[in-house]
Amino acid sequence: MIDPVLLLIYVFVFPGFLFLFVYALTCEFLDRRIAARMQHRVGPPFFQPFADVVKMMGKEVIDPDGVDRRIFDAAPVLALAAVMTSFLYIPVVGASPLAFQGDLVLVLYLLAIPTILLFVLGWLSRNIFSAVGGVRAVTQMFIYEVPFFLALLMPALAAGTWSISAIVVWQQHNWWCMFLQPIGFVVALICLQAKLERTPFDIPEAETEIVAGPWTELTGRRLALMHLARDVSLVCGSALIAALFLGGPMVPWTISPAWLGGIVGFILFLVKTLVVLLILSSIKVATGRIRIDQLNAIGWKYITSAALVQVAIVLVANFWWVSA
Amino acid sequence: MAEVVIPIGPQHPALKEPVNFRVIADGEKIIRLELNLSYTHRGIEKGAESRDFIRVLPLLERVCGICSHSHATAFAKGIEEIMQVKIPPRAQYIRTIIAELERMHSHLLWLGVAAHEIGFNTLFMWTWRDREAVQDTLEEMSGNRVHYNMNEVGGVRCDLSPSQVQTALARLPLLEERIHKYVAMLEEEETMLLRFRGIGNMTRHEALAYGAVGPTARASGVACDARHEDPYLVYAEVPWEVVTDTNGDVYGRTCVRIGELRESAKIVRYCLEHLPEGDIRVPAPKAAPTGEILSRYEAPRGELVHFIRTNGTDKAERLDIRTPTLANWTSVAMCLTGQNLADIPVIVAAIDPCLSCTSRITVLDNNDNTSGMITFDELRKRSRARWQEQERS
Repeated sequence: MIDPVLLLIYVFVFPGFLFLFVYALTCEFLDRRIAARMQHRVGPPFFQPFADVVKMMGKEVIDPDGVDRRIFDAAPVLALAAVMTSFLYIPVVGASPLAFQGDLVLVLYLLAIPTILLFVLGWLSRNIFSAVGGVRAVTQMFIYEVPFFLALLMPALAAGTWSISAIVVWQQHNWWCMFLQPIGFVVALICLQAKLERTPFDIPEAETEIVAGPWTELTGRRLALMHLARDVSLVCGSALIAALFLGGPMVPWTISPAWLGGIVGFILFLVKTLVVLLILSSIKVATGRIRIDQLNAIGWKYITSAALVQVAIVLVANFWWVSA
Repeated sequence: MAEVVIPIGPQHPALKEPVNFRVIADGEKIIRLELNLSYTHRGIEKGAESRDFIRVLPLLERVCGICSHSHATAFAKGIEEIMQVKIPPRAQYIRTIIAELERMHSHLLWLGVAAHEIGFNTLFMWTWRDREAVQDTLEEMSGNRVHYNMNEVGGVRCDLSPSQVQTALARLPLLEERIHKYVAMLEEEETMLLRFRGIGNMTRHEALAYGAVGPTARASGVACDARHEDPYLVYAEVPWEVVTDTNGDVYGRTCVRIGELRESAKIVRYCLEHLPEGDIRVPAPKAAPTGEILSRYEAPRGELVHFIRTNGTDKAERLDIRTPTLANWTSVAMCLTGQNLADIPVIVAAIDPCLSCTSRITVLDNNDNTSGMITFDELRKRSRARWQEQERS
């Protein structure tokens, strides 16, 4: 049984909420900076995302005429809470102390909540841009969510466990899933980009078409919290892919003393999430926005098919493994 | 979703200038488009009619912030023809150089904007950076980045020194290399192809029927170019080609503009290398004899027309400006029907609209103290009433 004080520190300080905030905003800075350098711009200074949050927190909150204020206040908080909770089950310095069989499924569902809340916000905004954006968000969700789930559940199928931490331990003794399931890895990356609504999948908030989509009527702390929720989603998504496909914070051999192993694991976590972030940023910079109908065609024709091929390969390999 | 009316503009992040579309959409499909123009009437035509010719040129540069040289040249060219003033060859070459540099910076700007409309911000940043090279050249030559004010009635305001010619020539290889890069991107960049191909289709027949001009028409295979059909300045001597394309969609319009970038670089290089010696201006009379002229000029966006009527004084009696954007609006409304909601920005951007230049008429009614716009039918009704009145008296 774990010490309750340590558990509290784990949840609230490190690697829990406090660390998560700092790291999420740092990731936003890195994302913006990398994109800016690739586009021959200077980019923001390090403290810009932090300053933005502080600034937006202090700004006036404006209620559009006739919206339900309680839901408008609650939705960003709920979105942030959902993604922050999901981070607790992702291994950072070692196996998560909260890990249980099935936490992978919980994490996947928690990560889906912000999109649904965005739809709710868009629908309740009583604004045509928000409504169109909300409908697009939920349409997009139906397209990427299936291959995303399929791709992320494949490491679980291969490892024979539904716990993220246990999958990481399994990869310690086997190869990384990135090499075992390359198709799944690519599908997961593409779908993560779509889930985070980044170019080329920033369809729900296409600036030049529908202003900011569901975000249009968000102001002040609601906007700040929603931004935070998105940054945290970025970290959670990257960390999830790092854990499931890149071996997470573990090395194949044991390091003693334990604290040194913890530090090595933490550095590995940082490096791997940043590598995923770099890939996501590069995709963002190298593409334009596609249309929702084009995404529908590409998503169901190619991405889902690729994910299904990966499922078939894993099932056959599993069968062959067991019988061999 | 049922039919919805989506208002776009007059204030909208996609629009840098005020215009209002009412898009009637069924889900993501556009059923109909209602255009509402002329939010920015500035009274420039009237202003031009109350100034002498020397003061008109700087005013006309302010019609547009991008094709400022076009308007001044179109007017100067027309008024010189009425005055029967022949400007020296060196002045003609300098005017051509500025005109083609202006076309390059306008097309680079457009390419960036079109990329931004499909969310491809990297290309936007890149083209706008490359555009700086053109702008620097223009600034070195004229002292200004936007309103070059190079024209005078009878020639140009300032000469090019040999060192200016050398720096301008030194910048061209970089630009040509970048243009080459954009041609390659246009062939390979998958998201750009997805968003540009088959969007906003217009056949050759439709382009002619709706009176499209400039790159919009040339992308549908109509080889109309005032520089070729009605050569002015030195376009008859310089080797260059009219760029056309047969795609007829946004992709075709992009191809035409990138091709024109290449042609413009070629013209600028030729003019800089073959710059004749001599005067840069001849003295022109203050007043112009009575006459009428239709001055055609190929602006970056298409054919620009200045109609000038003079009455023997130092002021124009009537100046009428038909900007290329006005000629292209109807084709946009036609192109958009049946398209996807997400394609509005890029189809509208594909004609490179310059909205504030387009606003010409606002009606002030002294009888009931109203101001605003009237429909075409209303205008016809009024003119018929006026005509009948005259017939009776």
